[in-house]
Amino acid sequence: MSTPKPQIEILPRGVQVLLAVGAVALAAFPLVPSESAGFYQQMVTQMMILAIFAMSLDLLQGVTGLVSLGHAAYFGLAGYALAFLTPADVPISLWWSLPLAALGSGLAALIIGFFVVRTHGIYFIMVTMAFAQMVFFLFFDNRALGGSDGLYVNFRPHAELFGWNGINLDSNIGFYYLTLVLMLLVYAFLRRLLFSPFGRVLAGIRVNEHRMRAVGYSTFGYRLTAFTLAGALAGVAGYLWGAQTGYVNPELMGFHMSAHAIMMVILGGTGNFAGAIAGAFAFEYVMHLFKDFTKHWQLLMGSFIVLVVVFAPRGLMGLAERVLGKRKIP
Amino acid sequence: MDLANFLIQLLNSLQYGLLLFMLAAGLTLIFGIMGVVNLAHGSFYMIGAYLAWFFTAQLGSLVLAIVVGTVLAVALGWLLEWLLFRHFYKRDHLDQVLLTFGLVYIFEETRSILWGDDVHAVQVPELVNWSIPLTENLSYPVYRLVVAGVCIALAVGLYLLISKTRLGMKIRAGAFNREMTEALGINIRLIYGVVFALGVGLAAIAGMIAAPLASVYPGMGSSVLIMCFVVVVIGGIGSVRGALVAALLVGLVDTFGKVLVPQIAGMAVYMLMALVLLYKPEGLFKQ
Repeated sequence: MSTPKPQIEILPRGVQVLLAVGAVALAAFPLVPSESAGFYQQMVTQMMILAIFAMSLDLLQGVTGLVSLGHAAYFGLAGYALAFLTPADVPISLWWSLPLAALGSGLAALIIGFFVVRTHGIYFIMVTMAFAQMVFFLFFDNRALGGSDGLYVNFRPHAELFGWNGINLDSNIGFYYLTLVLMLLVYAFLRRLLFSPFGRVLAGIRVNEHRMRAVGYSTFGYRLTAFTLAGALAGVAGYLWGAQTGYVNPELMGFHMSAHAIMMVILGGTGNFAGAIAGAFAFEYVMHLFKDFTKHWQLLMGSFIVLVVVFAPRGLMGLAERVLGKRKIP
Repeated sequence: MDLANFLIQLLNSLQYGLLLFMLAAGLTLIFGIMGVVNLAHGSFYMIGAYLAWFFTAQLGSLVLAIVVGTVLAVALGWLLEWLLFRHFYKRDHLDQVLLTFGLVYIFEETRSILWGDDVHAVQVPELVNWSIPLTENLSYPVYRLVVAGVCIALAVGLYLLISKTRLGMKIRAGAFNREMTEALGINIRLIYGVVFALGVGLAAIAGMIAAPLASVYPGMGSSVLIMCFVVVVIGGIGSVRGALVAALLVGLVDTFGKVLVPQIAGMAVYMLMALVLLYKPEGLFKQ
């Protein structure tokens, strides 16, 4: 009963140029002198963190076709992992804590995925939401895990490696560049994955899972792997969020966070990861605009979302493709 | 736990389960028949509660408020279907999720503009504002029994509607094969509108009768929505019978879970759901 939309996987040349320009702009952004430089650097850092989160969801939703309403669970879990790992008196090293947190999120995704990936369609949507709520309540109800107040990350992690103290993560600029590098790495990795045999199988599962099974692929395994990988990448984003804000609470794993992620991916355009980045930036920017404009910003936000769904279902990338023309493959 | 306490908890879980059923029935019908996933369903519950509070204050009687509120809610449901949902039957689930989530924002903010963000209480009608004594110290509020009774009555009404009337027959036919039903000359658009309005109406009524029990507050829509989803998943999408069984099950597990093992209180229901999914990934009952 649902007609699959054609995905944009190969980006139009114009979009590729824009992305390159955007990357350069992001790299140069902190060097622009400004009164409230710190504030804007933090804001853009947060946008980049959410872009990583959105990309991880895009792998699940855009490429494999698994719409998850509970992806924030893995985002929040990594943030909490950082909070638990950081002792009260010293900062810990980025180099082992980030992989560990991402691994933790990935493991949670593997366990939950084992139950959830066996369902399909609307069940999958509802069940991912329900499991994320379960994780939410686990943290919300238990004082030992911080309860509804959440936990503090006492110290931002440091990036010291064998005596070399290269990047100062305590400064806004240092953390900004770390996030930028990670975002670009995740993007490059996912783009490579998209066109790899594994990525092609996932896309095939999205288009027609029965056909993939008929051809001989064990789709459960592929879907579970995609789910786990997406969870681990969401963990990277969650870790960065915890490190940047210094505070985690159950809302990070909540329904609203998951829904925001879905909106970012759709706003940008699913399936190509560049859309996820664009969507994350656009969504955050629009939300800030509305919040500054009126107390009743939710009304504007809701209307904006409804308009996007009705008139631009393929998001910004879809609009770009219409304007710039499809890229012809020789 | 002695008998009186057990009885009280049992009655509580029954009443909670039946309220959940009202919501889940609407959701599962809308999905089963039209294929639309509606995240705004919880908002209709909230709208019902606020309507009940507002009109009780204006008209002085909860019963009158419920009548007026139901009419308004059904009209709202009809309007939404005509304006928006009609165009989304053939769209992706993703688009539907997004659309309904946008609607949630709009509803929440409209409610905030119209009625503010405060928590409100609705008075239980005088006629049923007493308690049946169970033991020397414990008694059970009659209003809760009334709520359960209303839910049962509506459930029976729904069953009769779907299985014993011509409208119900057309609804079932439309769920089974839309094109064929249209080809036979039945106005399926009208039917879909009716089903949607019915679902919204059920959710709103649930909110209205629940208003005196739990207070009327801004977040009530989202919290009930999640439970509603769990019920639908356990019961099986599209199955009203499944929704009933699952709702009662969820009511029992949730109530007794909270009382017996408070540490996992919030999680108990999800563990139940995980268990069901292990053995029956499509829920307990088929459509």
